[in-house]
Amino acid sequence: MNKTYTTIDGNEAVAYVAYRCNEVMGIYPITPSSNMGEWCDQWASEGVKNLWGTIPQVVEMQSEAGAAGTVHGALQTGALTCTFTAAQGLLLKIPNMLKIAGELTPTVFHISARTIATHALSIFGDHRDVMAARMTGFAMISSASVQEAMDFALIAQVATLESRVPFLHFFDGFRTSHEVSKIEMVTEEIMRAMINEDHIVAHRLRAMNPDKPVLRGTAQNPDVFFQAREACNPFYDRAADITQKAMDKFAGLTGRQYQLFQYVGAPDAERVMVLMGSGAEAAHETVEYLTERGEKVGVLKVRLYRPFDTKRFMESLPASVKTLAVLDRTKEPGALGEPLYLDVVTALHEALAAGYGSLKTMPKVLCGRYGLSSKEFTPAMVKAVFDSLSSASPKNHFTIGIDDDVTKTSLPYDPEFSTESDKVVRALFFGLGSDGTVGANKNSIKIIGENTDNYAQGYFVYDSKKAGAVTISHLRFGPKPIRSTYLVTKSNFVACHQPVFLDRYDMLKPLIPGGTFLLNTPYGPDKVWDQLPRPVQDSLIKSKVKFYVIDAISVAKSTGMGARINTIMQTCFFALSGVLPRDEAIEQIKYTIKKTYGRKGEEVVAKNIAAVDQTLANLFEVKVPAAVTSKKELPPPFVAGAPQEIACSLGRIYGNEGDSLPVSAFTPDGTFPTGTAQYEKRNLALDIPVWDEKTCIQCGKCVLICPHACIRMKAYEPKYLEGAPATFKSTDARSPEWKGLKWTLQVAPEDCTGCILCVEVCPAKNKTEAKLKAINMRPQAPIRFSERDNYNFFLALPELDRRKVKVGQLRQQQVMQPLFEYSGACAGCGETPYLKLLTQLFGDRVVAANATGCSSIYGGNLPTTPYAKDKNGRGPTWNNSLFEDTAEFGLGFRVSLDKQQEFGGELLRKLAPKLGDDFVNAIITANQTDEAGIYEQRERVAALKQKLAGDTSSEAKMLLAVADNLVRRSVWIIGGDGWAYDIGYGGLDHVLACGRDVNLLVLDTEVYSNTGGQMSKSTPRGAVAKFAAGGKPLRKKDLGLIAMAYGGVYVASVAMGAKDEHTLKAFIEAESYAGPSIIIAYSHCIAHGIDLDRGAGAKQQKLAVDSGQWLLYRYDPRRTDKGENPLSLDSAPAKARVQDYLMSENRFKMLTKSKPEDAKRYFEKAQADADARWQLYSYMAARKGDAAATATAATA
Amino acid sequence: MVDLTTKYLGLTLKNPLVPSASALSNKIDNIKKMEDAGASAVVLESLFEEQIRMDSDDFEIGLEAGTESYAEALSYFPKPAEYRLGPEMYLKHVQEAKTAVKIPIIASLNGASVGGWTEYAKEIQQAGADALELNIYYIPTDLDLSGAQVEQTYLDILKAVKKAVTLPVAVKLSPFFSSTGNMAKRLDEAGADALVLFNRFYQPDINLENLEVEHSILWSTPQARRLPLRWVAILYGRVKAQLAATSGVHNASDVLKMLMAGAAVTQLCSVIYKQGIDQIKVVEREMVRWMEEHEYESVQQMQGCLSQKNCPDPSAFERAQYMRALSIYKAA
Repeated sequence: MNKTYTTIDGNEAVAYVAYRCNEVMGIYPITPSSNMGEWCDQWASEGVKNLWGTIPQVVEMQSEAGAAGTVHGALQTGALTCTFTAAQGLLLKIPNMLKIAGELTPTVFHISARTIATHALSIFGDHRDVMAARMTGFAMISSASVQEAMDFALIAQVATLESRVPFLHFFDGFRTSHEVSKIEMVTEEIMRAMINEDHIVAHRLRAMNPDKPVLRGTAQNPDVFFQAREACNPFYDRAADITQKAMDKFAGLTGRQYQLFQYVGAPDAERVMVLMGSGAEAAHETVEYLTERGEKVGVLKVRLYRPFDTKRFMESLPASVKTLAVLDRTKEPGALGEPLYLDVVTALHEALAAGYGSLKTMPKVLCGRYGLSSKEFTPAMVKAVFDSLSSASPKNHFTIGIDDDVTKTSLPYDPEFSTESDKVVRALFFGLGSDGTVGANKNSIKIIGENTDNYAQGYFVYDSKKAGAVTISHLRFGPKPIRSTYLVTKSNFVACHQPVFLDRYDMLKPLIPGGTFLLNTPYGPDKVWDQLPRPVQDSLIKSKVKFYVIDAISVAKSTGMGARINTIMQTCFFALSGVLPRDEAIEQIKYTIKKTYGRKGEEVVAKNIAAVDQTLANLFEVKVPAAVTSKKELPPPFVAGAPQEIACSLGRIYGNEGDSLPVSAFTPDGTFPTGTAQYEKRNLALDIPVWDEKTCIQCGKCVLICPHACIRMKAYEPKYLEGAPATFKSTDARSPEWKGLKWTLQVAPEDCTGCILCVEVCPAKNKTEAKLKAINMRPQAPIRFSERDNYNFFLALPELDRRKVKVGQLRQQQVMQPLFEYSGACAGCGETPYLKLLTQLFGDRVVAANATGCSSIYGGNLPTTPYAKDKNGRGPTWNNSLFEDTAEFGLGFRVSLDKQQEFGGELLRKLAPKLGDDFVNAIITANQTDEAGIYEQRERVAALKQKLAGDTSSEAKMLLAVADNLVRRSVWIIGGDGWAYDIGYGGLDHVLACGRDVNLLVLDTEVYSNTGGQMSKSTPRGAVAKFAAGGKPLRKKDLGLIAMAYGGVYVASVAMGAKDEHTLKAFIEAESYAGPSIIIAYSHCIAHGIDLDRGAGAKQQKLAVDSGQWLLYRYDPRRTDKGENPLSLDSAPAKARVQDYLMSENRFKMLTKSKPEDAKRYFEKAQADADARWQLYSYMAARKGDAAATATAATA
Repeated sequence: MVDLTTKYLGLTLKNPLVPSASALSNKIDNIKKMEDAGASAVVLESLFEEQIRMDSDDFEIGLEAGTESYAEALSYFPKPAEYRLGPEMYLKHVQEAKTAVKIPIIASLNGASVGGWTEYAKEIQQAGADALELNIYYIPTDLDLSGAQVEQTYLDILKAVKKAVTLPVAVKLSPFFSSTGNMAKRLDEAGADALVLFNRFYQPDINLENLEVEHSILWSTPQARRLPLRWVAILYGRVKAQLAATSGVHNASDVLKMLMAGAAVTQLCSVIYKQGIDQIKVVEREMVRWMEEHEYESVQQMQGCLSQKNCPDPSAFERAQYMRALSIYKAA
């Protein structure tokens, strides 16, 4: 057969096969597997057919558990069915997997293996998830590369159909799932040749069919269960042979021969490493390198892990083996060893007894852990393990790749050891997410992969921040398949796409002597040298680097490309790297441009081509001087003034040194300090807002809307202005209650992301030049340092006493200190302003349960957290349990705190004789409904603690331990719509029904934002989202209406950008309500396809409300007690058409471009939805008395 | 029975009542209603070249924002194999309109540069339009741009489009030329099959409350008729291109006056927006009644009878008219 090559990532490679071999897919998004489901949904929406000419049905469920149930059902009724998942998602599928296996149902679950959250969540790769599924009865097959991922997706499919044993096909999350690689395609022809259709027919015949009814899923008793369970054994006994047979057949068709256990290395190896997954490729590469140098080493790659074929395992080992190192990419604390190790020890023992294979004596077997959470696993580490095996008493239960200075498990390794071949071109690119670097690199890989005989590999390291995200692209090109499943550390070529990175990354460190360094800089070849930091100059000289500069920004501007420098930098790479002949490369770039932009018109093509030509004319080599001249050192990652212990741990993580931190740098239970985002000064904004105090009306709107707490106001005594920096601005406070106070609006110049939301919402206009407002965007660079001084002075000004603030008035309330600041959320984020408001109002007593999602990532992704503390050290205390259980987790907080408060009251009463009855009564009956009440209770509790300090009685000690909880705690349960409407809905519903005093904040972006925009049940009709590529046909679930049906739940629907005072009121009311409260907050989002960079968010919120697409209301059960209607409809009747709103967001608009007829239909229905919603709510709000009954009727 | 037929853009129209380019013609239902109400042809709303380009840019920027930046969300939208970013929807609309009604469909293309015009014009022709109206909607705010350059742009656009299509082409132009007559003549020479007089620009206004400049549609008033009336009358018989009058055509007498000035057709907009599509019927009925009362046999009979060339007092259409109007006013 003809060989067809493609460049593709692991997820797409797997989805490509799975889609063609199946007809039903149950899906749910979870990183890093989401893309597989997305591909399938997209293909289905485009009408792509499977092998048998039919379009598969792709069904998104509310959770992975739901997806597994659906898959189970589809299998039982005879469809060829598969699913994709990872991590917690796989755990949620386990109950159904046991059923599926117990019923001997053929299916393949494709898993991009990922870490399971323990002391922390991690989205990256290891085998903890798949190891948790060992007991399900699924066969487990492991791919180590993108090629294998495609190949094994098919082999697993063939083997499951024949064996009836379901298969779990896994490959490493990110390293394989996201690596772009040139591979040989498994064509449909090969798929057809592999699959025996008789097995499909057999599967259909086993299906539930009322024409031939059967009973499955019975309950069995002690008399028979055991025997019946053993009845499946023959199928497992055959499964390994069947899998090998499929591998052999595959080899006949493709030439790629796989074995269940594949040995690579010296035939007389004495030291052998056993492992599975992508690490096996790095080990393979290292073993080849070492054996070429005479070392007797080998690696045994485990492909089929379950059922474990002891005989084949033993037969694949050389007779000469003396020591085996079994490496697991997982950790099971307290176990004898990790799973693969235990299996290997048992297998050896049994195989020796049975006389299998040529190895006749039990080798020494050692157990090691590597690569947790995608920790690098490099040839240096492989070599270190082999070296360890040579020692007289090698370390057992070792770790490799970290420095364990606590329990001393780690093996040392030489990070300089490298097996990189001279024949492989290695290149590193440092770019910004927004400059298109990754896209251009993926394009380069395609050009090289598809136009040369070279193999190509690309792996991309992304930021955990969403605003100003940095990307590092690792590319390799070479004549042989590339097994280097690790980052490039010895590079021929390094490109710095943004000059500011020179201060942040030691990017010349990986450059080999004589390598090429390309810098995008506004300084020409004669001037650039003087701008470089000393360490950069030093490296350039020492490594004899070929140094080139391009002023890509100017080239982009002059050729009409705007800020997009990707094509320009890509051209430079091809011009300098020599990976393709220069002319041919340029020709290919131009061809790609024509292909990509052709339909956009000749002009767009012409300007891109002009950019390519101009690039070549503006690319200059810099003559590197012989001596270092710069005195500029790299700045420390955290600002001066950060506490030492924080700078030395979190600061080093921020400074890209996290890999070198030892175990002792971390608390053993995942606890970290808050208030740390303040130490990062990311200087992302080119322009920042500047205050015009004469135009300002002190309304507080800008402060409220700022997603990053970078624009703040304070009212203070004039005396504090003494010593103010020269440019510090101040004016008289306008609030009548603050007469005599001074007032300042101040911007945090180094934290601002430049999103413009503040300027957009500013209602004050300059009377002589109406384009100016009370805040106006100005270039940051010239005022960075003066404004930094001003901001520091501002922060040092005393906070206004919270008791003096009218919290119901925005213009006063906004002086309250935000305890959520400088997060890594997107510039212009629509969620964070709500969180910030929450912390201003209640932050000093908030206990937060946060669902997994955007808010947990910008809230709690190391190194820093935006949650902060006030001058008393108080602030939100925050935790993330899971995605699905957040409401329950938060309810647990409430129950626990209530119990402790109750217990505290009981103890107080017991100790009343000692403490004084009045004092005890005052604490127990304290009114804590406002700031003054809270303040006084805190005073009492402080006095109580003093009184108890010397008391050694049990009651006193116990009371002291719970005394803090006598001050009212504000429990907040926070998450997005994916949690609230879908995966966490069951728990959310139960918590609402519990009647406890908890506050739920739903940051409703109407889509799974954090995993890249998948449809949720909150997604409105007509919106295009992933898993709804053809537009969502059904309307949004009305969560508020459902919550109202309980009658005893405070419910608010808010949109800050539409009516900010309404949002404020809702937060205050919700928190003050002693039962459950839920606030559903419209949160504009980058996933809406709106121009966040130009401050579009607030405007979109307003349009959503003006068009009736989003309603504002508050349902307060306390009004029922007063005989009033609890529902207050706070929106005005629609002033605009829903379509005006829909067409202003790309998530809707794109449907008019892809499926205009559907768009028209959905848009008309969307208007009808809005009309009907308005009628229902206005009817409910107009009724006398309780509206709950109406809500109940409406949801019934 | 009077004969209302007229010839315009190579077409024989059953009457001179043609709804002008507006959002009303976005809906096929409306086009059907126009036919039912007696419209003799329909000018579709303009395809805005600039808008297509901006739309497509904004759209792609919107889809690309935030991509390839963050590991969990390398993109935020599915990428269907094909988006219809160009004029596809417009072309489809042309096709649908052609299928839905028997009256001719005149497509309209709006732009201000030579750029993408020709390609879109060709596609409009392929989509089946009966004729094409070029709506050159352009406010020259660049103070360094001379009148001659602006005029040349109009001519270049027209020539490029004429070269690309075989359809009859009308040019809708603004009245803001130093020498409107000369411009008309040059367009005529450059191959315009008809001239549509005149374009109505959106005019800005100031919102005193929020200190913003706003744009809204300014409906034409019956007085607006005077401007096209004058130029139709002046140009009639002096250029080969047929003349369409638009602006301020609200009732039968407006239509009759325009025809007498020399218009081949009149284009209606504000009146059908305000009074409904059925108003076309009323206009036609009253036209017929007036013609019968005054014993006119056909539209062609009256066409241009009071043009500058044919009227008893040609100077009435010249500037002196202003002086005389004033003196008459004073005398009254």
